[in-house]
Amino acid sequence: MIWDWLFAPFEYQFMRNALLSTLCLGIGAGPVGVLLVLRRMSLMGDALSHAVLPGAALGYIFVGLSLPALSFGGFLAGLIVALLAGMVSRMTHLKEDASFAGFFLISLALGVLIISLRNSSVDLMNILFGSALAVDYPSLILIAAITSITLLTLAVIYRPLVVECFDPNFFRLIHGHGSFYHIIFLVLVVMNLVAGFQSMGTLLSLGIMMLPATSARFWAAHIWPMFIISVLIAVVSGYFGLLISYHLNFPSGPCIVLTAGVIYIISFLFGRNGSFLTHLKPR
Amino acid sequence: MPAHDHSNNIIINDLHVHYGATIALNGIKGEIEPGSLTAVVGPNGGGKSTFIKALAGILKPSTGGIIHQCKDTCDSAYLPQYTAVDHDFPVTVEEVISMGLWRKIGAFKGFSKDNRALIHKATRQVGLEGMEQRLIKTLSGGQFQRMLFARIILEDSSLIILDEPFTAIDVHTSEALIKLIEDWHKSGKTILLVLHDLQMAKKYFDKTIILARECIAWGDTKKVLTEDNISLSYQNLLRGPS
Repeated sequence: MIWDWLFAPFEYQFMRNALLSTLCLGIGAGPVGVLLVLRRMSLMGDALSHAVLPGAALGYIFVGLSLPALSFGGFLAGLIVALLAGMVSRMTHLKEDASFAGFFLISLALGVLIISLRNSSVDLMNILFGSALAVDYPSLILIAAITSITLLTLAVIYRPLVVECFDPNFFRLIHGHGSFYHIIFLVLVVMNLVAGFQSMGTLLSLGIMMLPATSARFWAAHIWPMFIISVLIAVVSGYFGLLISYHLNFPSGPCIVLTAGVIYIISFLFGRNGSFLTHLKPR
Repeated sequence: MPAHDHSNNIIINDLHVHYGATIALNGIKGEIEPGSLTAVVGPNGGGKSTFIKALAGILKPSTGGIIHQCKDTCDSAYLPQYTAVDHDFPVTVEEVISMGLWRKIGAFKGFSKDNRALIHKATRQVGLEGMEQRLIKTLSGGQFQRMLFARIILEDSSLIILDEPFTAIDVHTSEALIKLIEDWHKSGKTILLVLHDLQMAKKYFDKTIILARECIAWGDTKKVLTEDNISLSYQNLLRGPS
């Protein structure tokens, strides 16, 4: 019975595709999320996930529901917003998070407007919240490629990313080219958001990045274990989220993110590091 | 002591720094001799940190400039204010100290045996042996400063700039760190640090700069650190920019 509940759904090809895509997503997005949290860029992740929308919408208007078009449009829009927001904060008095917020509101409104031109709320729902069950073979390849590029790039630029984040003044003094690595990192964030939006939708794809990462901080004290735990949480959320979605006939994106959300709540209540429980215990 | 060779002085050339409409530094002029040990004092908000940040190259002057006439490289090592670093960041003592080797190793290379020996030596010099694998958030204020001093040892720069190194630490650590600063001074490094404790400035530093948005006095500590100059600095800051 339990066996059936846990494994039988994956006899179907579309469920196996969905599972594989969420596993890949989790493996790439987990570490990216941990670095987002460490770099105190959670809000920027939020902004970027909204920024993907108008690009995806334009792709949809011109080409229809085709993954390459949506992804490419989303990727471009996300990058443009990331660069614009960075420029605005450097050239004006506005702090980066505020300038990101400005751009993401514009992007979100623009995206919704563009999709509404097609006059079908089903499409809007599809782009906003995605469907893991519609992941086909080309999408799988795209997601797997993005995950591989993400992991390889992170392995190469791990040290500068961490040092710049810990002590930006030091990094400037040693001529570390902080903005160069910052931009590479932003590109990785946008890529992973794009990878996520077919199955999770543009708005929820950040969920598989941020929730496992913030949860991992409650279980691990060092960065590497945080990476591994965030990946595990993302993978477990993906697996159980899909099962819940299948058995209860709910949309997959919200199920996956809500599963990650439950793990997040458990983590901040009972985690080993700085959780609610550790604050209650007498030292 | 190194000879007074003026051709290598760091020249501060009518330095202005503005934060928007607020003037932080107004027309600072002077020269810093190589191998000198200088205390930067003055009232809060007088631009001490701004001055040394500009000197280190972290902050761009609004107008004017700083000319480093160094022979080999112009690299400087900088100790940030205690509160300017994230004490909760999940890195270990050893990881932070080893950042000091960045100019030698760069972003991608691994640590050689020699590098490891250097890291170990610096760790021992500041008395943090055995704490290498501790997370920095478990350190006391004094231990944290010791760790950053070890990083500066590894950086091996000819110009060392310290922003309030003795804030939030115990007397024992202060003494140990002063000893390190004296060692650096003996080896010919140029050292500038922001200080609050004027007695300490009198005791250890040959040169003093008093800043209160403008340069109130600059020169030999004995001549500069007078009560007149100190009260002048407070008046100057209260009066607002001229």
